[in-house]
Amino acid sequence: MTSDSLLSARGLVKQFGNFRAVDGIDVSIERGESFGFLGPNGAGKTSTMRMISAVSQPTAGEIRIFGLNPVSHGPEIRARLGVVPQEDTLELELSVMNNLLMFGRYFDIPRKVIRQRATELLEFAQLSDRADDKCDNLSGGMKRRLTIARSLLNQPELLILDEPTTGLDPQARHLLWDRLYRLKRDGVTLIITTHYMDEAEQLCDRLVVMDQGRIVAEGAPRALIEQYSTREVLELRFGAEGQEPYVDRISEYAERVEVLPDRLLLYVHDGDEVLRAVHATGATPESALVRRSSLEDVFLRLTGRTLVD
Amino acid sequence: MRIFPELHFGSRRSLRILERNVVIYRTQWLMLVSGFFEPLFYLLSLGIGLNHLVGSLSAGDRLVTYAMFVAPGMLATSAMNGAVIDALFNTFFKLKVAHTYDAVLATPLDVNDIALGEVWWALVRGSIYATSFLTCMIILGDAGSPWVLLCLPGAILTSFAFASVGLAACTWLRSWQDFDTVALIQLPIFLFSATFFPITLYPGWLQGLVRCSPLYQSAALLRGFSLGQIGPSSAVHIIYLVVMGLIGLVVASHRFRRILTP
Repeated sequence: MTSDSLLSARGLVKQFGNFRAVDGIDVSIERGESFGFLGPNGAGKTSTMRMISAVSQPTAGEIRIFGLNPVSHGPEIRARLGVVPQEDTLELELSVMNNLLMFGRYFDIPRKVIRQRATELLEFAQLSDRADDKCDNLSGGMKRRLTIARSLLNQPELLILDEPTTGLDPQARHLLWDRLYRLKRDGVTLIITTHYMDEAEQLCDRLVVMDQGRIVAEGAPRALIEQYSTREVLELRFGAEGQEPYVDRISEYAERVEVLPDRLLLYVHDGDEVLRAVHATGATPESALVRRSSLEDVFLRLTGRTLVD
Repeated sequence: MRIFPELHFGSRRSLRILERNVVIYRTQWLMLVSGFFEPLFYLLSLGIGLNHLVGSLSAGDRLVTYAMFVAPGMLATSAMNGAVIDALFNTFFKLKVAHTYDAVLATPLDVNDIALGEVWWALVRGSIYATSFLTCMIILGDAGSPWVLLCLPGAILTSFAFASVGLAACTWLRSWQDFDTVALIQLPIFLFSATFFPITLYPGWLQGLVRCSPLYQSAALLRGFSLGQIGPSSAVHIIYLVVMGLIGLVVASHRFRRILTP
């Protein structure tokens, strides 16, 4: 375990009865890094987040956050963390500004300082004009942005975001990504869990892919894609007659074929070239799409399953 | 080493929970006002109505009006209801609906701070209501002794005992439907605690049971204060309520830990 890491965990296990939610993971996160936990629902991401945000205790293994043990130094660690939980936990009866003023008090920040920071953070979250509105009246995207503003009140050294954009529309997601990107640029260490591969590719310098409580791969998004996938992917959909008759005939053109219930994924270097070859065999796919490989393909390769069902 | 994490109740941070509740209740001031008027209405209606019907009755070594007899019982009941309702409904909401505590646990506060903070709040709320009740009681002439002032700490102790147990109980509630069960427990406690008439009017076998009721303990304590009849039994009532509150607090904290930090 390196002592200069912002966060390090070794052999981390979380057990609920007979169910092992987290099954012995090792991670090490450096200051200034933007680190992702990618995996489907139920992979153990949230259980991991609870342990590394010094809320729940590991069943086995060891964690050090800022070099401290969360089991014995929970309050000290949490004072230096920002947490954006999966579900919004705002005080809906209070105004936007009062939500921040009250939350800052939990950190024993003087009222005057909270007010000053809150004003700046509302600017950052693009909510200044909604400061006096009741929180209940905000849209989903605004609530998320307010939650992020709230998590920054104590000027955390490490910001932990659990599924930050789940349930948001594309516009709200992009606005949120933009704000997170600014934080990253300002040197805040980010830990993000997500089951969206585009989110992980956008925001994470480095990530681990989790499946069934274990880490199945680790690296930079681009490096993982290069390591586990080809440059391009050709997606073929067949009509009423189904794809089965074509699988054998087509597979010789690809490095690897994934047969999904509704489509075939051909892992190839040059998608257009392979598509021409496919047509030459007499196969008539209803639709064909050439795209670059993504983390989704890495996950499929590693686990045999898709990320978002 | 923390062998008994529940026994570490030292954090000043628990006051932040009190602060939070005060801020939230400022947006619900109507509830606070209704809390002021409720006891006044009770005392007035009892004084006007039942005083004439019932006349006087003997309490200990003296003869008192019915209003003087029943007022401390009503104070105890009001302290119980206030504490239980707030501990159950509002805590259930924060614990399982709004996930307020999950947000709090992302700050330096701990589950013990949350449980303790909710108890502070129950004490503050209870003392506001008890003060208004006692003021009405004294003005209406329903206090039988200067010792009536001890009813204030007595009512606060009652709030503590019931709020702690309420906090613990709320952790076992699964949905709003379960609140019917609460009413099923609260009603017999209300009716069989010698709040409306002396315990000697119950049949012998029931008297023993009534004495076990926490509301009886509180009502008897407050009645003793109000009528100036303070004795060794007062100490027993106090010990009962203190122990009840402490057990409730430890259980509540333990349950909060299980639910909030799985």
